[in-house]
Amino acid sequence: MSWQWFHRLGSPRWFYHNSARWLAWLCPIAAAVVLGGLVWGLAIAPEDAKQGNSFRIIYLHVPASFLALAGYYIMAIAGAVGLIWKMKLSYMVMKSAAPIGAALTFIALFSGAIWGKPTWGTYWVWDARITSMLILLFLYLGVMALQYAYHSIDAASKAGAILGLVGTVNIPIIYKSVDWWFTLHQPATIKFTSAPSMHPDMFQPLLVMIVGFYLFYAVALILHTRSEILRRERKTSWVRELLNEKNQDVADKKVGKS
Amino acid sequence: MASSVNSGFLAWLRRDLLLAYRRRGEAASPLVFFVMVSTLIPLGLTPESARLAEVAAGMIWVMALLATLLSVDGLFASDYQDGSLEQLLITPQLLPMPLLGKITAHWLTTGLPLTLVSPLLGLMLSLPASGYLPMICSLALGTACLSLTGAVGAALTVSLRKGGLLLSLLVMPLYMPVIIFGTATVTYAIDGLNWLPPLAILGALFAASVALCPLAAAGGLRITSAN
Repeated sequence: MSWQWFHRLGSPRWFYHNSARWLAWLCPIAAAVVLGGLVWGLAIAPEDAKQGNSFRIIYLHVPASFLALAGYYIMAIAGAVGLIWKMKLSYMVMKSAAPIGAALTFIALFSGAIWGKPTWGTYWVWDARITSMLILLFLYLGVMALQYAYHSIDAASKAGAILGLVGTVNIPIIYKSVDWWFTLHQPATIKFTSAPSMHPDMFQPLLVMIVGFYLFYAVALILHTRSEILRRERKTSWVRELLNEKNQDVADKKVGKS
Repeated sequence: MASSVNSGFLAWLRRDLLLAYRRRGEAASPLVFFVMVSTLIPLGLTPESARLAEVAAGMIWVMALLATLLSVDGLFASDYQDGSLEQLLITPQLLPMPLLGKITAHWLTTGLPLTLVSPLLGLMLSLPASGYLPMICSLALGTACLSLTGAVGAALTVSLRKGGLLLSLLVMPLYMPVIIFGTATVTYAIDGLNWLPPLAILGALFAASVALCPLAAAGGLRITSAN
C-alpha cells in the first residue's frame, strides 16, 4: 500500500495528467525566482572591485555549471531506476535529461569563455574545471548519440542507461585525474581572481539564481518528458483520445468564430 | 563451479587467440597504424630531435590510444555476425568470465605488441633514455585498461551498422584518466622524479576495470542481443 505512489509514478499516463497540474504551479514560481535573481544580480548587486560589471556573468555561469553536473546524476539515476524496476517513465526522463544537461554544459562553457576574455585575456585555457566540463559535454553527447543510434526504443533506453551508469562511476575518477593533471601542468600566466569569500550582497543573488535554475531545470525536464511520453505512447488509446479532444476543441472554436 | 568459471575464461581466450593467429594480417593492422602515424609527427611538426623529445611521450600515448580504439571495434563484431555471440549468451557459464577471456586475447594481440614496439617509436621520436622503462610499464598496464573499457563500448554498439565511430565517441571521455596517468609516468621519469606513483594509480585503474568492465560489457551484450 505504501508503495502505491511509486507504482503510480511509473505510469506515463498518470504522470502526463498530473504533471500538467504541477506545471501550473511550478512555471510561475520558476519564472519569478529566475527573474528576481536576474534583476537582483544584474542590476542591484554591487559592482566587483577588480572585474567591474563583467563579473555579473557569474549569475548565469555558476548555476548552469551546477545543473550541468547534477543533471548527469539525475539522468544516470533515472536510467538505473529504469534498469532495476523496469519503469518506462524513468527511461523517458533519462532521455529528456540528456539534451537539457548537454545544453546547460554548453551554456556553462560558453559563458565561461565570454567571462574569460575580459578577466584572463583569453577565451579558452586548459584549466582543470574547464577541461572537466568539456569532458562532461562529451559524456552527454555520447549518451545522446547512443540513444539516437538504436531504432528499438527499448534497446536505446537500456543501452543509454548502462552508459550513463558507466559514466557515473567514471566522473569522480575523471575529475580527480584532471585536477591532478592541472596541478602538474598549471600555466603560470593565469591568476584566478575569484575570491574564496564573496561579499554577501553578491552571494545572496547567486543563491537565488541557483534555486531558480533548479526550478527551471525541473520545468524543462517535465515539459520534455511530457512530449517524450506523447511521442512514445502515440499508439495508445489514451493519447488518441487526448488528441481527438484537442482536435474537437479546435474545431469547436473555429465553428464558433465563423 | 570454479572449474566451469575457469574453463569459460580459458576456452574463449584460446579460441580468440587461435582466430587472431589465423587472421594475422587483420591482427597486425593496429600495429602498422601505430608505426605509420609516428612517421606523420616529424613530418607535421618538426624533425628537430630536441622538440620531438618534448612531445614524444604524449604522442606515443595518443597513438597507442587511437590504435586500441580502432581495433576494439572488432572485438565482438565477427562473433555477432556469425552467431557465436548468441551461442555465448545462452551458455550456462557466467558471462563476464568468457568476456574477460576475449578481452585478454584482445590485449595480447594489440596492447602487448604495441607495448613491445613502443621502444622503436621512442627511438624514432628521440625519447630521452630514462623514459623507456616507464613507457613500457605504463603502456602495458594502460593498454589493458583501454581494452577493458573499450569492450564496454563495443558491447553497446555491436548491433549497430556504423558502430565504429559511435564507439569512439562513447569511449573517448572514459579514456582520459588513462592517458593522463600514462603520460605522467613517462614525463615524471624524464624529469627525474619518482615515476612509481602515477604508475600505481594506473594499476588501480586497471584493477577497477578488471572488476567492473566485464560486468558492464555483459549487461551491454544482453541488451544488444535482445535487440
